[in-house]
Amino acid sequence: MNLEQIAAKIRYTLCDVSSKTKTPHLGSSLSCTDILTALYWQVLNVEPSTPSMPSRDYFLLGKGHAASALYTTLAYRGFYPVADLYQHGQTDSVFEEHPGINSPKGVDTVSGSLGHALSLATGMALTCKIQKRTNRFYVLMGDGELNEGTIWEAAMFAAGKQLSNLVAIIDFNKLQGTGESCEIMHLEPLEEKWRAFGWHTIRLDGHNISAITDALMDAQSYDKPVCIIADTIKGKGISFMENDNNWHYRIPTQDEVEKAKQELGLK
Amino acid sequence: MRNAFANCLTELAKSDTSLMLFYADIGNRLFNNLKEIAPDRTINAGIAEANMASMAAGSAMMGQKPFIYTITPFTTARNFEQIKIDIAYQNQPVIIVGTGSGLSYANLGPTHHSFEDIALMRSLPNMNIVCPADSDELSVLMPQLIKLNQPCYFRIGKKNEPKVHKILPNLKFGHAYTMQEGQTVAILATGTIMPLAHDLLIELQSKGINAELVSFHTVKPLDTQYLALACERFEHIITLEEHNVNGGFGSAVLEYISEQPKTPRVHRFGIPDRFIDQVHSTEDARKKAGLTVLDIITTLKNRAVI
Repeated sequence: MNLEQIAAKIRYTLCDVSSKTKTPHLGSSLSCTDILTALYWQVLNVEPSTPSMPSRDYFLLGKGHAASALYTTLAYRGFYPVADLYQHGQTDSVFEEHPGINSPKGVDTVSGSLGHALSLATGMALTCKIQKRTNRFYVLMGDGELNEGTIWEAAMFAAGKQLSNLVAIIDFNKLQGTGESCEIMHLEPLEEKWRAFGWHTIRLDGHNISAITDALMDAQSYDKPVCIIADTIKGKGISFMENDNNWHYRIPTQDEVEKAKQELGLK
Repeated sequence: MRNAFANCLTELAKSDTSLMLFYADIGNRLFNNLKEIAPDRTINAGIAEANMASMAAGSAMMGQKPFIYTITPFTTARNFEQIKIDIAYQNQPVIIVGTGSGLSYANLGPTHHSFEDIALMRSLPNMNIVCPADSDELSVLMPQLIKLNQPCYFRIGKKNEPKVHKILPNLKFGHAYTMQEGQTVAILATGTIMPLAHDLLIELQSKGINAELVSFHTVKPLDTQYLALACERFEHIITLEEHNVNGGFGSAVLEYISEQPKTPRVHRFGIPDRFIDQVHSTEDARKKAGLTVLDIITTLKNRAVI
């Protein structure tokens, strides 16, 4: 199975779990599926059999509402069975709508309040430098999340300390909770903004898994933190969800899930 | 007290490499000695307190025991949500140090006052709260907080607070410390208000009331063992703090006592529920807030306590 096929399976499972468990944020999860696939299959030093391996790389999900994208990626990567995902959002489930302290194996931090992950990762990356450890830290943020002031506090700090073990990835799908990201706040020019904050900046197609992989590998060769701005489509992969912000909260019917399955080329 | 904090941390950080300090660009020269022995563990986080709190949590997740340090409102209220989620919910051993608490920086105005910090921190599960009264209490309690390995709020003063103990007190985290045993009336005080509590004790003694005086350095967890006995022993319990009377130490005491079978009357003294401004000193501000022996005695007389 190639990586595109893995991503297609993840997308289908996202739709099916959302439909069956009535959990939202499908559009947000679909937009970052290819980024997570590149990270977990090509880049991150993680072992599903030993999720707490001290030398592991850390992935922090800033946009915690896309928890299902992370949970599903980890399931396909072998951290736990895919069938477990159908506990999402249920009583006593480890798969909470936003990752909590009881999260399943492979989820390293709590998430849900936007603008925390980059600061957490900055503290972790700084500490690893002090401890002379080689772990690397990857943070995925939404474009709406960039509204939070703490992002820019952390961005200035991380660049000031030349945290070369830190990578920020922006899932730039141009839509946030209730509208267009670039209208709600003045986001662009985003590359120049991060560059001005002292980061090495790369902009790419956030649905091109090999381009994402190349950029993430390249990110290891700079003496400063790296920001990857990934242009994405909210609801990517399912025609009737793409760029329709209703899918920030909408739950698909089983008929819609079947239609999605066909569009994804799955039997 | 801030010098005692810096000295204590410097001493402890020599042998304990897990200790590190994030400070939000204050304390000019205060941490020079710490910087000398642990330059890479003395981090100026910039004037970005929310980021500082989360970074400290991240650092704790990688095995360190970080302190975050700045003036109280900026290290408790400004970054409260980061403390709630990243430190308290994730149960990380970060020690949040609020310097210049209460009215320590009275002349700097309401921006630099903190009458809400205990209330905020009390409302967080997993959080411990310790308010030393002077540099001795600080230096005795600080190693215990580090050993605790849990989220902690350490509410300290500014500088040159009068010493309240004749000898170094044998304080234990979580246990109220009785400074003067007494009957009928107990004065329970926390933090830098202790000298006023002592003056109140003397005043009550002069009126023939042998009150008890207790340092409640630990506000959370509250020493309910002491309070349970106090319910039996006293008719009146006076609480004193440099904090809003709503939600702070006095409220914690009142909440506990109200649910006991025998309930002494609780008289809470602190900052009334308003902002205190246009003042030039801590003493001046305390007068405006009604935090003087005379004001307290008047209230106690009006309530027929004395």
